[in-house]
Amino acid sequence: MEDFLWLVPALPLAGALILIVASGKLSKSVSGFIGAGSVGLSAVISIILGFRFLEDSTIVIKQHLWSWFDVADLAPDFALHLDALSMVFIFVITFVGFLIHLYSIEFMHDDEGFTRFFAYLNLFVCSMLILVLADNLVLMYLGWEGVGLCSYLLIGFWYKEEKNGYAARKAFIITRVGDTAMAIGLFMLFQTFGTLTIQEILNQAPQALPMDSETGTIIAFLLLGGAVGKSAQLPLQTWLPDAMAGPSPVSALIHAATMVTAGVYLITRTYAIFELAPLAQQWVGIIGATTLLIAGFSALTQNDLKRVLAYSTISQIGYMFLALGVGAYSAAIFHFMIHAFFKALLFLGAGAVIMVLHHEHDMFKMGGLQKKLPVIFWTFLIGSGSLAALPFITAGFYSKDQILWLSLAGEKGNIWFFLAALTGAFVTAIYTFRMVFLTFYGEEKTHVSHPVGSLISIPLIVLGVLSLIGGFIELPHTLGHLQLFTDYMAPVVPANVLTSGIESSEWLIQLSATALCILGVGIAYFFYMKRSDIRAELKRSMIVTNRFWYSGWGFDQLYDLIFVRPYVFISTINKNDIVDAFYAGIVSVSNFFHDAFARTQNGVMRWYIMGIVVGAIFVLSIGLLFN
Amino acid sequence: MVGGIIAWLVSRANESFGKIIALLTVSTDLIISITLWLDRQSLLANTADQWMIKFNAPWIPTFGISVSFALDGLSLLMIMLTFFLGVLAVLTSWKEIQYRPGFYYFNLLWVLAGITGVFLTMDLFLFYFFWEVMLIPMYFLIGVWGHENKTYAAYKFFIFTQASGLLMLLAILSLYFIHGDSSGTYTFDYFALLTTDFSPEVGRLLMLGFLAAFIVKLPVVPFHTWLPDAHSQAPTAGSLILAGLLLKTGAYGLLRFVVPFFPEASVEIAPIAMLFGVIGILYGAILAFSQTDFKRLVAYTSVSHMGFVILGVFAFNELAWQGVVMQMITHGISTGALFILAGSIYERIHTRDITTMGGFWSKMPFMAVMALIFSMASLGLPGLGNFIAEFLTLVGSWSANKTLTIFAAIGLVGATAYSLRIMQKIYYGEARMDPHRTSRSLDLNPREKLIFIPMVLLIVWLGVYPQIFIETSKKPVTEGLKISEGKLKAPFHKQPDPFLSKKGGSHE
Amino acid sequence: MKAIPVEAGLILAGVLFMLGLISVLIRRNIIFMLISVEIMLNAAGLAFIVAGARWGQPDGQVMFIFILTMAAAEVSVGLALILQLYHQLQTLDGDAANKMKG
Repeated sequence: MEDFLWLVPALPLAGALILIVASGKLSKSVSGFIGAGSVGLSAVISIILGFRFLEDSTIVIKQHLWSWFDVADLAPDFALHLDALSMVFIFVITFVGFLIHLYSIEFMHDDEGFTRFFAYLNLFVCSMLILVLADNLVLMYLGWEGVGLCSYLLIGFWYKEEKNGYAARKAFIITRVGDTAMAIGLFMLFQTFGTLTIQEILNQAPQALPMDSETGTIIAFLLLGGAVGKSAQLPLQTWLPDAMAGPSPVSALIHAATMVTAGVYLITRTYAIFELAPLAQQWVGIIGATTLLIAGFSALTQNDLKRVLAYSTISQIGYMFLALGVGAYSAAIFHFMIHAFFKALLFLGAGAVIMVLHHEHDMFKMGGLQKKLPVIFWTFLIGSGSLAALPFITAGFYSKDQILWLSLAGEKGNIWFFLAALTGAFVTAIYTFRMVFLTFYGEEKTHVSHPVGSLISIPLIVLGVLSLIGGFIELPHTLGHLQLFTDYMAPVVPANVLTSGIESSEWLIQLSATALCILGVGIAYFFYMKRSDIRAELKRSMIVTNRFWYSGWGFDQLYDLIFVRPYVFISTINKNDIVDAFYAGIVSVSNFFHDAFARTQNGVMRWYIMGIVVGAIFVLSIGLLFN
Repeated sequence: MVGGIIAWLVSRANESFGKIIALLTVSTDLIISITLWLDRQSLLANTADQWMIKFNAPWIPTFGISVSFALDGLSLLMIMLTFFLGVLAVLTSWKEIQYRPGFYYFNLLWVLAGITGVFLTMDLFLFYFFWEVMLIPMYFLIGVWGHENKTYAAYKFFIFTQASGLLMLLAILSLYFIHGDSSGTYTFDYFALLTTDFSPEVGRLLMLGFLAAFIVKLPVVPFHTWLPDAHSQAPTAGSLILAGLLLKTGAYGLLRFVVPFFPEASVEIAPIAMLFGVIGILYGAILAFSQTDFKRLVAYTSVSHMGFVILGVFAFNELAWQGVVMQMITHGISTGALFILAGSIYERIHTRDITTMGGFWSKMPFMAVMALIFSMASLGLPGLGNFIAEFLTLVGSWSANKTLTIFAAIGLVGATAYSLRIMQKIYYGEARMDPHRTSRSLDLNPREKLIFIPMVLLIVWLGVYPQIFIETSKKPVTEGLKISEGKLKAPFHKQPDPFLSKKGGSHE
Repeated sequence: MKAIPVEAGLILAGVLFMLGLISVLIRRNIIFMLISVEIMLNAAGLAFIVAGARWGQPDGQVMFIFILTMAAAEVSVGLALILQLYHQLQTLDGDAANKMKG
């Protein structure tokens, strides 16, 4: 079975190529079949591979396809490397990806760019798989940029709207800033290690880089720069809310489930470097904590259903970064997996809602959908519960609880991280249920056009089930203590180290998290179901804060002011190229002399003769004078 | 090979079906060079050094001038590129050129002949000769078949390159006499001149002479201003050849002459040269962003990309040099393709102003996909050839100068900005042209598809399996470095690392 | 025969030359300009003769013959040009022929 590993990324690629080459000639059902089928096959292969890993997660499958280039000592290959960590990722990518493909067949059915859509989507899946399967950082960078490209294409999918194009461009450029940092990180890594193969770097890191060394720290920061760009973390988070301009399945696949977690993957993959650079690792945590708060508060004020989800994605990835920052790698990956389930579910649900409401995005114009769309309602509710980490029954509880616990109890955790995470959990509960109440309860404000079909319902139900039961593979000490996931991850990442003597307080933390969560739901219920008058009052009194949060803490405006405007300004004033003025100057000077001399050439003979005479006298007198 | 072209040309300069003959000749040459490439193993096996084929016949023995050609991996790659783009240039001109086609193809082929000569010749006199040969027909191409402001552009192009070329002639002659005085044999032979000894001061002056010609051709900011004018005014094939090939002769000259002849002087000037390279990268990117003329925009991207070349050349290591070679090839293809796109759009709507375009995706999906691929190539997307080039160059220059490399890498962000602007303005958005113009099918016709498909295949090939090309140029690159290093008393010095001591933290 | 002093010959040559020059400058009629040029040439010739006589050398007379030949050639070319000019412009005014001014 190992030999078929290359098929996992190759199948979606083949699908994409077929769809591109034959674009326009295939009927919709055929392109849908090719698109979803190729990813489905990949999913089957990866699940089969997954079973092998479940038996023994220490195995590593390597496959060398061909050598890419080989110059001096730099010789990255097209080679795949599958271990427990990448296994989780390829499972999520192919499986969730497959469900989203199924969903898209119905969702995009009436779109003229149906084939194009599936081509992009397949290309994306392929790039993402390359990203996580790459055995060296250059190949990973290929996948990394590839997903960026697909993201760009898919955000701008409805290209006729100019603003979609701008959103797409913004996403690409901002992530590219991070990518550049990462590229510089790669240069440094290569200089330090003489190789870019991930495993070799991990093996050599402890010898090559002393603890807390300057080089190590800078490398870690540069990699972090790449990660924050892709994962929409502070300070490069601004592209993600705008990226919601793409179709909903895209938001689900790229901007929730897979691509944005590439940063998490990168840091986990290169954990050895971060372990050697405590400062950088601490900053991972700080960025995560800050981001999760900022994005959480922004989510509170959004009206657009998808923007709420976008900010909540940023916030949830903030949790993962926080976990990485405290060295809880397996917790971060666990949260990634659960998050992929429930966030994909939420986006797909939101997409379905938006679709049946004639592309209405504003939550305040929704309502009362509970009866009309029972399947969507129930699955959306499950997803929301998981997002808000409703205790005991949802998967989100188990994954988030672990992060909460480790942010305090982990060796690198501290009380500030914990408080941030706890506040974040509280805010999450509020905005999640604000969203649920506004969308599904209350009176019906927009008429539902048609019920949804089975291709939309099935993925929702599957994801809903996973969002519920997915958490039971990892139970905290207080509730049965099951550590299947951590054990599974053990061969690839270091175990969580706890501060000694703190184990006993775990239940306290769980209790406070539970309480805050329920309190949050309560507040949402109070404001949005019972007393909307108080809510309006509150909104009015906090209008500035509201606006500030609504605009995502003003980052967009700030960047616009300090980067975009000056760049465009310099570029515009210099459009005609200042350097050219210099040469134009030379030209005009010689033109001036040309004109001056041309005037003497007036065609009157006596002027010429006069000139000769004067010249002759001049020469003669000089000759006589300086004899 | 060159003689073949010239002979063909003289006999048929004014025939009306010149294009067919032109196509045939160039294709034949392409096939010959590909055959040579396929045979490279056996050719290399015969000789001890990097040269596969050498041809030497005296021409004017009194002055030590000989007709001397030699082929190594580097020149082989370059002439393959030349003929590949040559075929495409003929194809793009198929319909575009209606006015005096015979003379047009005559000029086109002469330019190609000149370029081939530059890449092949091993005699400096002949080198200068070919250098001028490619200049004059190019002047006519721009001046006769160009767009609205063609005379100005043609003059500008001619004066810039000619003035710098004369400096090179001066340097060549001085080198000739210095070598003659010291060794007693007056010769223009490359290999003989390589062994010339001179004092550092003289070396510096001579190098500046060569450098002048090459950096104007390349072009390096601030000598770049002829380029946007020449590119935007030239006919499509002219832009293609200018961007794809003429600029490469500058890079080739740097690799082949400047560094091996004057290693010490080059090391001295390296920081400044690299600085100018980086300035070029950023400056070109910024300017490209604000252009409204499609071809001008692409021209400024060339300025930006060529910055990488000079950055790489003066980094003096194998990685960077391979990057430079790759950059020469991939830039030739990707930028060439963008120019052809600009030409195709111009043929359809008769404007190059991108602010009047928009929404072409629905009208010409095939072309949009092509534009997408090549603008992605020009922003350095991995998987396409340019990435390999830029990545290698940057990795190489990183060990030479960290600060500058960081700024060069920031240029990649600028590249993203301008490349996406192309897509945004032209293909995204609502269709802006009036309906009766856009109602008919505007997508590429089969001939244009025939042009683009090989380019796409090649750029993807260069992106995912460049090894075969890298191997071809491996020997010349390492030999070139070895020669230079041998002449240098001390090895290329490593600069102290200003980055690590001054800055910290994630730069972005 | 008492030799004429060199100075007198040179002064005569100078006066002739200046006369020729001034009339070239002030005349508008192109034929008169041509005649004036002839006068200047003869002035130069005279200076050669005088100088040759002064040094007892034949070179002065050789030069004069040269000048004579040249003047003849010049006059023939000049007159041909004048004829053409008159055909083209219907005037003998030298200033009218300024079509080539820059």
